[in-house]
Amino acid sequence: MSEEKMLVDVRELKQYFPVRTGWGKVLPLKAVDGVSFTIRHGETLGLVGESGCGKTTVGRTLLRLYKPTGGEFYFDGELVTEKNMPSLRKQMQMVFQDPYSSLNPRMTVEDIIGEPLDVHHLYSNKAERREKILSLMETVGLNAEHATRYAHEFSGGQRQRIGIARALAVNPKFIVCDEPVSALDVSIQAQVVNMFEELQEKLGVAYLFIAHDLLVVRHISHRIAVMYLGRMVELADADEIYDHPMHPYSKSLLSSVPIPDPRIARERRRIVLSGDIPSPLNAPSGCPFRTRCPYGQDDCAECMPELKEVESGHFVACHHMEDAARMKEGVQLR
Amino acid sequence: MSEDMPKKNPLSLQIDLKKFEPATEEEKKQQDVMSKSTTFFRDSMKKLFRNPLAVFSIIVLVLILLVIIFAPMIVPYGYSEMLKFNGTKDKTAMNLAPFTYSVNEQKYMAEHGVKLFPHIFGTDELSRDYFIRVVYGTRVSLAVGFFASLIVLVIGVLYGSISGYCGGRVDLIMMRIVDVIYSLPDMLVIILLSVVLKELLDGSTGIIAKLGTNMVSIFIVFGMLYWVGMARLVRGQILSVKENEYVLAAKSIGTKSSRIVRRHILPNCLSVIIITTALQIPSAIFTESFLSFIGLGVAAPMPSLGSLANNARQGMQSYPYKLMFPALTICLIVLALNLLGDGLRDALDPKLRK
Amino acid sequence: MSEKILDVRNLHTSFRTDAGEVRAVNGVSFNLEEGKSLGIVGESGSGKSVTAYSILQILTGNGRVTGGEILFRGEDILKYTPQQMRQFRGKKCSIIFQDPMTSLNPTFTIGNQLMEAILLHTDRTKKEARDRAEELLTLVGVNEPKRRLKQYPHELSGGMRQRIMIAMALSSEPDILIADEPTTALDVTIQAQILELMQELQKKIGMAIIMVTHDLGVIAEMCDEIIVMYGGRVCERGSADDIFYGPAHEYTKGLLRSIPSVNGQKEKLIPIAGTPINLLNMPKGCAFCSRCDNALKICLEEVPEEELVSPGHYASCWLNVKKRMEGSGEAAS
Repeated sequence: MSEEKMLVDVRELKQYFPVRTGWGKVLPLKAVDGVSFTIRHGETLGLVGESGCGKTTVGRTLLRLYKPTGGEFYFDGELVTEKNMPSLRKQMQMVFQDPYSSLNPRMTVEDIIGEPLDVHHLYSNKAERREKILSLMETVGLNAEHATRYAHEFSGGQRQRIGIARALAVNPKFIVCDEPVSALDVSIQAQVVNMFEELQEKLGVAYLFIAHDLLVVRHISHRIAVMYLGRMVELADADEIYDHPMHPYSKSLLSSVPIPDPRIARERRRIVLSGDIPSPLNAPSGCPFRTRCPYGQDDCAECMPELKEVESGHFVACHHMEDAARMKEGVQLR
Repeated sequence: MSEDMPKKNPLSLQIDLKKFEPATEEEKKQQDVMSKSTTFFRDSMKKLFRNPLAVFSIIVLVLILLVIIFAPMIVPYGYSEMLKFNGTKDKTAMNLAPFTYSVNEQKYMAEHGVKLFPHIFGTDELSRDYFIRVVYGTRVSLAVGFFASLIVLVIGVLYGSISGYCGGRVDLIMMRIVDVIYSLPDMLVIILLSVVLKELLDGSTGIIAKLGTNMVSIFIVFGMLYWVGMARLVRGQILSVKENEYVLAAKSIGTKSSRIVRRHILPNCLSVIIITTALQIPSAIFTESFLSFIGLGVAAPMPSLGSLANNARQGMQSYPYKLMFPALTICLIVLALNLLGDGLRDALDPKLRK
Repeated sequence: MSEKILDVRNLHTSFRTDAGEVRAVNGVSFNLEEGKSLGIVGESGSGKSVTAYSILQILTGNGRVTGGEILFRGEDILKYTPQQMRQFRGKKCSIIFQDPMTSLNPTFTIGNQLMEAILLHTDRTKKEARDRAEELLTLVGVNEPKRRLKQYPHELSGGMRQRIMIAMALSSEPDILIADEPTTALDVTIQAQILELMQELQKKIGMAIIMVTHDLGVIAEMCDEIIVMYGGRVCERGSADDIFYGPAHEYTKGLLRSIPSVNGQKEKLIPIAGTPINLLNMPKGCAFCSRCDNALKICLEEVPEEELVSPGHYASCWLNVKKRMEGSGEAAS
């Protein structure tokens, strides 16, 4: 694995936020606590988990929208630091979740897509700028006549296209997609998902695709990572993780996904987890999942399980690996 | 499920088979028209002009503005000029009722067969034309209101946006300063300042002397104290705008802070700033009128609506109209500005937008 | 066939806005049987929530039901007096909303709010109401109900709040429970909990459920009958199997094609082209015609009527008419 040069190589990424709790007391909120993963050129890594698991924070920390508390991030073999980030920004971009709040309502489409060009001085004259913007709009399937319109005049799907065009403006190699289809209607989701795939084929960009819609993630991703309370609990190929989830959390997560097929839905058994996700401010000791885990044992509280390669390319963080084999026969998505 | 729903068989014989051919792409496209392009500003203005109260206020304000600009050119009297007859003060021209002439003037008109310009609002106790005094008073009041609001606007927006955008410790310190300023008694400061300024500025000439030290201290106090409300508002607005994902998006592109504030944050605070400024003007006018009324306003003989009302108070029983004219003018201006501000808020506030 | 509890006929609801009248619901008919669950599915702006709100007459501001009938056990509730309507809302039909964060009042404790609902709709003493509140919380699977009653909404998680909303809706033992996107704001594992709970409660209490959602997965798991809406009209309605395995309207077909397959085959998704409909700018004919691949000329001109496809399965699509015409033509020749 290490022989191949990775585009994105994240090692032990940590992101703590200070939270004030009364008189001068500051507690660290461990949003991301030691997460490592790699993404190859032109690959899509899906990142799934429930709200508060830190998946959005991972994406934002990679783009230095937050200053990381710890860990290293190698981009294309180069260690990303505060110093070289401004130049690296041209190669990393982000698509945001909410197509309504991610576009400035007082700017025209042309100016929104043109902003990265302005910031990085990527054109020599006005005509070139316009030409670039129009070709970007064409790439994402927007009508060039609409360049002078304001973002609020477009529907959700079209707005998300504008956001994608903005991300593509600097020719990035890597795009963090932070729940890019969650706010869209089902019929529009497919349009946008298809576009992400086409862009990858055409431009060879790599994605970190953050989402909570597990069916969409499976469709678009090559590999999938599952996060729980700031930690990665499982990482494997997309089909492998869906067909043979090993970590008890991944299993119940996958079994909870509502299946749009009444016959399957009627026959299938859900593994319904009891209880709520604990607050990251007072996460349980040891394995963060043990409070809700159906297989939880006493020794789970003692130390944090490491992410271990159980099978080739399939990583799981669980103390009871001997049970993992047994769990494998458990519930499957189908 | 029951079958008793109303059903109609659409398969009547007269149906045109041509209609059942596939539609072409163009035909489908025609169905899909995007609504007409409007900018936020144009849309807001349309909304504003559909609000009858706002339109009424705009008309009133424009009329008042026209009067105070052009009346001094037409009316042949000055605001500090006592009516004279044959080079001496016309004693018969004191406290005339509206549209009347003094005894001397009537005599003059009868002799020469000419018509003198009427005293629309009558005259005051020093034989000065009252209409022109009210006009000048309105000028002063409006100018004070406008410039005071301008000062508030500039300082408030600057201070608020720095505090809001920087956040953290900077914000904490800047807002504590605001809290301290909030706790200063404004009237006391105005009075103290005007006493101090009187010594400092005595003997100076020009516009300052004409307006009087009181007026200068009002401006200073507005500049020093009254911007805090605006600053707090702008800060709050920026804090909420800052949370929007487009600001994060701009950061992820690599946009510099100054550009983010200029292009992304301030334009989205604009409506709140405009509304607050529009509502700040009448409150400044009120403050000025109040100060003039208690004798801390403009220096005589320069009138302001407040000082005119104060002077009229003494002869209220005999000449009630002298109180009525300036008081009505204040009411009209303040009411119109408030209604306009309300109209602007309805038109600009995106939260009320559907 | 069990008894019809709700029969909606040709319902019309409009909103007045600055830009003109918006016809959010345009001739919707359906019925709900005792103890069954009905799903209303559609994208944003399809009128699915407005339909639900019209039943309860809780339209916001400038919305009004402009036509049609809503028969509850044979009585037209649109003709109810305000007092009767209040009775209906409380005792016969309750609603839970999408966002459990904002549908509870943050200034009162859970117990306060729950007991208020109980006292309002039943004649219990305060003490009995408290016992009933505890009972309800146990019913909806809230642990330590005694302690929860004293807590404020902000102390609870989203899933817990949605459970409390359900408890409140059930406090008056309604015959119909309307759930407006009850799990959209929740995480997948919590969503599973809530759906499970609703199914259990339905078995236990036997109320009818109207489930409004955009998630086909939730619909497939929860509902016996399904209504598919687009642009304020019903495209198709029928049993879950009819809709999922034999869709008879082009929109339903497109919708089912555009979701990623369950068994992970990586074929390209087939999206529905175009953009969602603008309610201010409704086409003359079928609302879906501009996005429909197989649209006919007549689709642009005339609104298709609802007709029977198979027993209990209705669709409004001109293509079905065409197919039948061709079929009957062949048979005649």
